[in-house]
Amino acid sequence: MTVTLKPVDAVLVGFGWTGAIMGQQLCDEGLSVVALERGPWRDTAADFATGFAQDELRYMWRHHLFQNVSYDTLTIRNNTSQQALPMRHLGSFLLGTGVGSGGVHWNGQIWRFLPSDFLTKSHNQQRYGRNAVTDYDLTVQDWGVTYDELEPHYDTFDKLCGTSGKAGNLRGQIQPGGNPFEGPRSNEYPTPAMAQTYAPTLFGQAAASLGRHPFPHPTGNLSQPYVNPLGAQLGECTYCGFCEKFGCGNYSKASPQTTVLPYLMAKPNFTLKTECEVLKVELTADRKRATGVTYVDSAGQEYFQPAEMVILSAYILQNVRLLLLSGIGEPYDPSTGKGQVGRNYAYQTMSSVNVFFDDKILNPFIGAGALATVIDDFNGDNFDHSGLGFIGGAYVAGMVTGGRPIEMIYTPQGTPAWGLEWKHAAARNYLRSFSISVHGSCMSHRGNYLDLDPTYRDTFGRPMLRMTFDFTDNEHKMSDYLTDRAAEVAKAMNPREIKLNRRTGSWSVVPYQTTHNTGGAIMGDNPGNSVVNKYLQVWGVPNVFSMGAGAFPQNAGYNPTGTVAALTYHAAAAIKSQYLKAPGALVQA
Amino acid sequence: MGRFAPPLLGLAAAASLGLATWAADQGPALPSLPAHPLGAVTPAGLLAEIIPDGAQNAEQLRRGQALTIAGDCMSCHIRDGGQPFAGGLGLNTPFGVIYSANITPDANTGIGAWTNEQFYRAMHEGVGAHGENLYPAFPYPWFSRASRADDEAIFAYLKTLPAVKYVPPANHLPFPLNIRFMVKGWNLLFFRPHDVQADAGQSAEWNHGAEIVSGLGHCGGCHTPLNFFGAAKSDQALQGGDVDNWVAPNLTANARTGLGAWSVDDISEYLRTGRNARASAGGSMAEVVSYSTSLMSDQDRRAIAVYLKSQTASPDRAPGTPDPGAMRRGGAIYSDACASCHLENGVGQPRFFPPLGHDAMLQQADPTGLEHLILAGGRVGPTATRPSPLIMPSFAWKLTDDEVADVSTFIRNSWGNQAAPVDASKVRTLRRRLGLQATHYTANSGDQG
Amino acid sequence: MAGTAGAAVAAARHDGMLGGPPQTFTGAVPWQEGAADAPPGVSGTDFIFFTSAERAFIEAAVDRLIPPDPVGPGAVEAGVPFFLDHQLAGQFGQGQHYFLAGPWSKGTPQQGYQSRFSPAQLYRAAIPAIEKYVAATFNGAAFSKLAAADQDKVLKGLESGAINLDGGVDSATFFAMLLQNTREGYLSDPIYGGNKDMAAWKMIGFPGAHYDYKEWVTRHGERVPYPPVGFKGRPGWTER
Repeated sequence: MTVTLKPVDAVLVGFGWTGAIMGQQLCDEGLSVVALERGPWRDTAADFATGFAQDELRYMWRHHLFQNVSYDTLTIRNNTSQQALPMRHLGSFLLGTGVGSGGVHWNGQIWRFLPSDFLTKSHNQQRYGRNAVTDYDLTVQDWGVTYDELEPHYDTFDKLCGTSGKAGNLRGQIQPGGNPFEGPRSNEYPTPAMAQTYAPTLFGQAAASLGRHPFPHPTGNLSQPYVNPLGAQLGECTYCGFCEKFGCGNYSKASPQTTVLPYLMAKPNFTLKTECEVLKVELTADRKRATGVTYVDSAGQEYFQPAEMVILSAYILQNVRLLLLSGIGEPYDPSTGKGQVGRNYAYQTMSSVNVFFDDKILNPFIGAGALATVIDDFNGDNFDHSGLGFIGGAYVAGMVTGGRPIEMIYTPQGTPAWGLEWKHAAARNYLRSFSISVHGSCMSHRGNYLDLDPTYRDTFGRPMLRMTFDFTDNEHKMSDYLTDRAAEVAKAMNPREIKLNRRTGSWSVVPYQTTHNTGGAIMGDNPGNSVVNKYLQVWGVPNVFSMGAGAFPQNAGYNPTGTVAALTYHAAAAIKSQYLKAPGALVQA
Repeated sequence: MGRFAPPLLGLAAAASLGLATWAADQGPALPSLPAHPLGAVTPAGLLAEIIPDGAQNAEQLRRGQALTIAGDCMSCHIRDGGQPFAGGLGLNTPFGVIYSANITPDANTGIGAWTNEQFYRAMHEGVGAHGENLYPAFPYPWFSRASRADDEAIFAYLKTLPAVKYVPPANHLPFPLNIRFMVKGWNLLFFRPHDVQADAGQSAEWNHGAEIVSGLGHCGGCHTPLNFFGAAKSDQALQGGDVDNWVAPNLTANARTGLGAWSVDDISEYLRTGRNARASAGGSMAEVVSYSTSLMSDQDRRAIAVYLKSQTASPDRAPGTPDPGAMRRGGAIYSDACASCHLENGVGQPRFFPPLGHDAMLQQADPTGLEHLILAGGRVGPTATRPSPLIMPSFAWKLTDDEVADVSTFIRNSWGNQAAPVDASKVRTLRRRLGLQATHYTANSGDQG
Repeated sequence: MAGTAGAAVAAARHDGMLGGPPQTFTGAVPWQEGAADAPPGVSGTDFIFFTSAERAFIEAAVDRLIPPDPVGPGAVEAGVPFFLDHQLAGQFGQGQHYFLAGPWSKGTPQQGYQSRFSPAQLYRAAIPAIEKYVAATFNGAAFSKLAAADQDKVLKGLESGAINLDGGVDSATFFAMLLQNTREGYLSDPIYGGNKDMAAWKMIGFPGAHYDYKEWVTRHGERVPYPPVGFKGRPGWTER
């Protein structure tokens, strides 16, 4: 028996970064807002305190903070000729759950995409010709929003997080020490860049010696204490080396908990309900409006929450699945190219180079999620791609997120995975090695998409999401080229030896790569090429907004969170200034 | 029931009136978003609601609101998950558990049917509506300093608040204390209704501070030690007391354990935000800051600070010398378990994680407050300007009684601190009282617990 | 979908492993004194999962995966078999974070773990299947009685998947899990029963659960002096 609840102005489906930001923005407008989160409440002192947060086994390998796939997972395959099978264990990406979700166990790497990244199709076509964007069956397109439109919202997120960094382009003026390739910033970072440990410092020196332009990674692991515009306080990072996959114990990593919740939770017009899984967005009979959402709580009770606005603020895979389960939009069919929901799923193309010294103690355990010196010389269209046979690029980072020993003992090329030889290599190299990360873009492709699985169902009886994905030749060529660039820097550091970990073969769900899944509910300038408009408003169902990286038409060579947050603020601004005055389509189809 | 537009929460609070009202007052209507009025209001939000000029007896209500804030009525008259002023909070007194009353205007379960005279007698003489004696957990010995006009203002204000139908639980007191009549004898011995007399030799600010601190603010209710009968020792005013397994620190000018090193600005900032460069408000003080001092005017806070800074330093006692072994072990524990926030050299991150050197709280003769904090953790009182609770985690599961004692001894005797060593048996007692367990793992792990 | 979804979630979540009761939060960031999601370390010193035959195999196998020598402890010395025993007896062994429902299919290597077994079931099925293979190949001997070189040969055959095992066990899948779990036991916090005396951390130079390295960030190339510490301390916490 479904219980119908009192109506609210807005319901948030999922309560991570985008839910928290949207909740704060809408509550400040006086709307009554209910957030439904499928996982538990979580906060610093009780759930990832300094006394036990640095637990590699529990958090990284036993997935204590991650989505429990035993009752809900997705199915995966590389192409349509294969049978999709369930992802039975997390690997390639580590899905979040609970309050704060991935915002709790992210690294804190805060990037802006390049101005040209928002014009992937038109820019590359103009510079390299039509084939550059259609070769290999690529389906890249422009975003329908520009860097300049998002800049104020990137700035807002920086101020929320207290991002530590050094500007490279301040209102058009190139700044020494920053990233000279970045789009113009209206303001310097709120806090200075983090101090760099030995390995990133050596990386920066080597990169500079090759004529590259090293700069400190912008980070949500703060270099100094900070009070954000909401009054929320962040402490100073102590470089414990447990950010990614872990919660921060000393309030020094930007997260919904540290930046938004102290303010938002005190709002009388905000309510959070945990252990509540949204099953479906309910629509009117003409399917032109959502009436609310149906959810079930962990006690087994089903509810209908009527709402004037439905904000899909869950992870992209969940948002896309809810759209499909709710019958919103037309599912994408790769054989015809018709339909939009699920189209242009993309990922991130990761590779790395390990560097081994004999004479240098690097102390890899002194780390932070975004502690790195970076070069952006080969990202996006910062370099001439003529004759290279690919578009896109990567940042290359001498990065030390930490030295968690189960995950991060690097051994030289040819070392067996076990036995005395492995043990000796571990003992010899742990303190004297590190990894250069190559964080590559991933273009969208006709055959890469999300839909509902015909066979497998979750605990609730709903079809699982099915992911069909593989790296294309464009990505392999890009990754090889960029891995070689990383190797050049590695060699210039004069190490004993290096090891290249190239991105070879098909995408595999087994080794951890990165939790940067994108697309499937992409944005664009008309309903014929996208699911949402530039304000993340669903075409045809104007009171449903779909947040997150699902809106990316393809993925750039950066971590997505900065852009996800900027898009959220951009959407909130339009809701506040236009939608609330005249609820309806913000962009005419 | 009159409700007022709240100021601190900005537009958000307007939602408590429904969007239609907000739209009428503030600008164009929101055409298709119907109003979804909210039942809930936060305690601090309720106290911070602005009383509009148009309201009948607005002046009196504003005064009543300010006095209700100064008296910190909310901290005791709300229970976990309960409605503001509906009471039901169990107060652990040395004599047993006393539950706070419902002081909302509900006619049957609250004070809706009370008269001005009955309210005055409660505030002034500690006598309830039916002539019964109220337990002195209700701080009428301090409240009696308020004038009849003040009491009437508070009463008038309370009567504008949302009525809540709720009957608090019965008190758990051992015989003969469960007989309210016994309180009569207590009153004869210890209760002297205050005279309201200004000290002409002091500034108006000082006098205002005195009025709050010794009157409605009832600071001495916690910060003055109690005698065997639970009455304040008047000759040791504000020299520190214990309350509910915490220590309310010394507020005199004692340089080591009191406010000797604090400036008026330090005190004002602490009362406003719950934190300053020296300390953070935890334990019961967190609620005092959230529901009282952070909502006061700057003038009120400054007056309190000026008055407190004028208090004569309490006599200092020579602390004992710590055992070098305890200092060595405590230093090791500190480096591994505490430095994450307070940093290796104890400097902390001022206004975030308190610096530990020359710290008054840590050097109190009674280490209960420090032990409580280590065992159970503690939350800094969230305030409108600084909402982050910056919670210190509980270490009860991690540290044994011996380890808590050693690290406490180390902290109490490092970076300029000097205080008596801490005994593990005291930690054990407190742990038991707080109902917190240590966790013991396999001996293979080297767990010495 | 209505009623059935509710019933299903009630069953799934009330098994004590998935989430807690639904909660509503309003008005403030909630907090409770003494609240700590303390780590699920293990207690006692007895084995509770492995049979004696299984234990003999495990001890022999993990000591080949990480053998003892003067450079650092071997896996047995570090307590890895005890660690594995308690992991398999607990939530990990039961497959708490594995989706184990059917239908099952071998899939491609890229599709990862596709066994129908929980980790505990996989160990339980794999060990006798390996012993059966060993007995058939080495004149009835048990794995633990083989010469080290022969043990390594078997392990390599499992690693590559070249050895076919009975009982529906994929040898490479089992080997990958055994090696991963062995490293986990060797290098995780000692409260989980392995990494005895933090000897593996000492060997590589990892200070363990220390949290503040701020003073050491820019002291490039220097050795950090902190001795390894676990969640429940180190000898310096208690030495009289």
